[in-house]
Amino acid sequence: MRILVAVKRVPITGGRIVLTDDGQAIQTRHLGFTISPHEECGVEEAVRIVEAQGGEVVVLTLGPAEAEEQLRECMAIGADRGIHLVSDEEWDAQATAAALVEAIRAEAPFDLIVFGNESADAGNYQVGIRVAYALGLPIVTGLKGLVVSDGRARAEQETASGRDVYEVGLPAIVTVKEGLNLPRYPSVPAKLRANRKPVAAQAVGRPPSRLQKLRLVVPAGRGKQAEILGRGPEAAPAVVEIMRRLGVA
Amino acid sequence: MSVLVLIEPDDELALQAVTLARSLGGPVQGISIGPADAPVDVLHVAQVDGSYAPGAWAAAVVQLVERLAPSAVVAPGSDRGNEVLAHVAARLDLPLAANVTEMRGDEVTRQRWGGSLLEEARLGEGLKLLTAAPHAFEAAAGRAGATESFAPALAEADTAVRVVESVGASTGGISLAEAKVVVSGGRGVGSAEGFAVLEELAGLLGGAVGCSRVVTSAGWRPHADQVGQTGTKVSPELYVACGISGATQHIAGCKGAKKLLAINGDPEATIFAHADYAVIGDLHEILPAISAELRKARAA
Repeated sequence: MRILVAVKRVPITGGRIVLTDDGQAIQTRHLGFTISPHEECGVEEAVRIVEAQGGEVVVLTLGPAEAEEQLRECMAIGADRGIHLVSDEEWDAQATAAALVEAIRAEAPFDLIVFGNESADAGNYQVGIRVAYALGLPIVTGLKGLVVSDGRARAEQETASGRDVYEVGLPAIVTVKEGLNLPRYPSVPAKLRANRKPVAAQAVGRPPSRLQKLRLVVPAGRGKQAEILGRGPEAAPAVVEIMRRLGVA
Repeated sequence: MSVLVLIEPDDELALQAVTLARSLGGPVQGISIGPADAPVDVLHVAQVDGSYAPGAWAAAVVQLVERLAPSAVVAPGSDRGNEVLAHVAARLDLPLAANVTEMRGDEVTRQRWGGSLLEEARLGEGLKLLTAAPHAFEAAAGRAGATESFAPALAEADTAVRVVESVGASTGGISLAEAKVVVSGGRGVGSAEGFAVLEELAGLLGGAVGCSRVVTSAGWRPHADQVGQTGTKVSPELYVACGISGATQHIAGCKGAKKLLAINGDPEATIFAHADYAVIGDLHEILPAISAELRKARAA
């Protein structure tokens, strides 16, 4: 099995988002970075499949030079090597998909290509689907269950009433959601090994955006001051009174 | 020029999408795959056999777009709405703005970070493709207009990916997404066993237990219990956040709650900035006291 997983470096925003002065980006000077939770599960799933069936896991990212950190994190989980399309700019979904398609074609064939259902930051819900159309591959999205065997994938989505099941022949593209598995914490030796795994980096130039970001805006808060019902267990009667008023007690 | 909106039967989010479609001006036409009921001027019912197949739905939308030449296509910001419109965007090689909260001319405001951040962006010339951010619009009301039926031409590839089996949920109890009260715990709960006091209160209130991402990552609770940007989005009458700091990832999942009660030992916790009611202190003392008070009130 050859599996490619696409990941994206995103800041760990914590409790409050602060923008840069020009309103074009999140102020990240004091923030750590990670990949989207959905993608963490995608990497874990790919590694588990290859651990069971043999093969190779390749991680692909489009992002700044610092995104190598995220490729190394994926390799600490068990990916074998990384491909890094280096650009400091923010790309729209169409341009992102086109760049990924070019990189995937250069490394093809893959049996399975894995995306997160949507990125944590931009949330465009479309890059994986655009890549599937460009490559002429079937795509199933939003998976919380995946079984790959005998050249086929059985894929499950969670719905309001249960689960929807799809079956597709490989090669195929899937997009996954957090909850597909519980990703492992990489061990220290695994992190050290990851530093020696190969990353192929290549600078890429951004084409014009067709969904053109003008500015970012932090939404106005609820503008409310919380009513303090009390400190410690003595607050219980006041809490029950509120519950009764809300009609839930 | 008209606006075309994708309708799913019995879907509140589709009615919200109709409201966004109406805000764009012009007649609103609907497309549904199979019968549906929606307050649109004309509903085009596509005759597509069998279970859900995103490619077939997208093919139907694209063929109707070619016939009606609308100014925009709007879909609900649901899993299927976002999926089908992304297929349409890929087929037509057009940009797609997902989870839009407002549109003015060529400019859209859309949600990033599960709604914790907004992006103002410009869509180019020509057909606009948008999905409506969930709960950013009132549901459209009114009478259904005329209904027309059409049979889209489908290629084999359009139905290659389709639902082959639907499995009902096996879990009992009240679902997190529909519970009227959610009692939710974060890092401050301290352990899997620590959730017993949340279970007790949720049980008394006929509610559900939720948790933050820290909790599922630690393995204290299953992911199905996670409230957040990458978990379940809830909209109860009351959300009780216990030992939850208030990261944007979590707020994205619980901002739909009508009222939020935060219980936290740290008076500076971010969660209080999102709360209607606050209790400061140790949740392991406070929750049993609330449960005892509820029992006492009911016995009286």
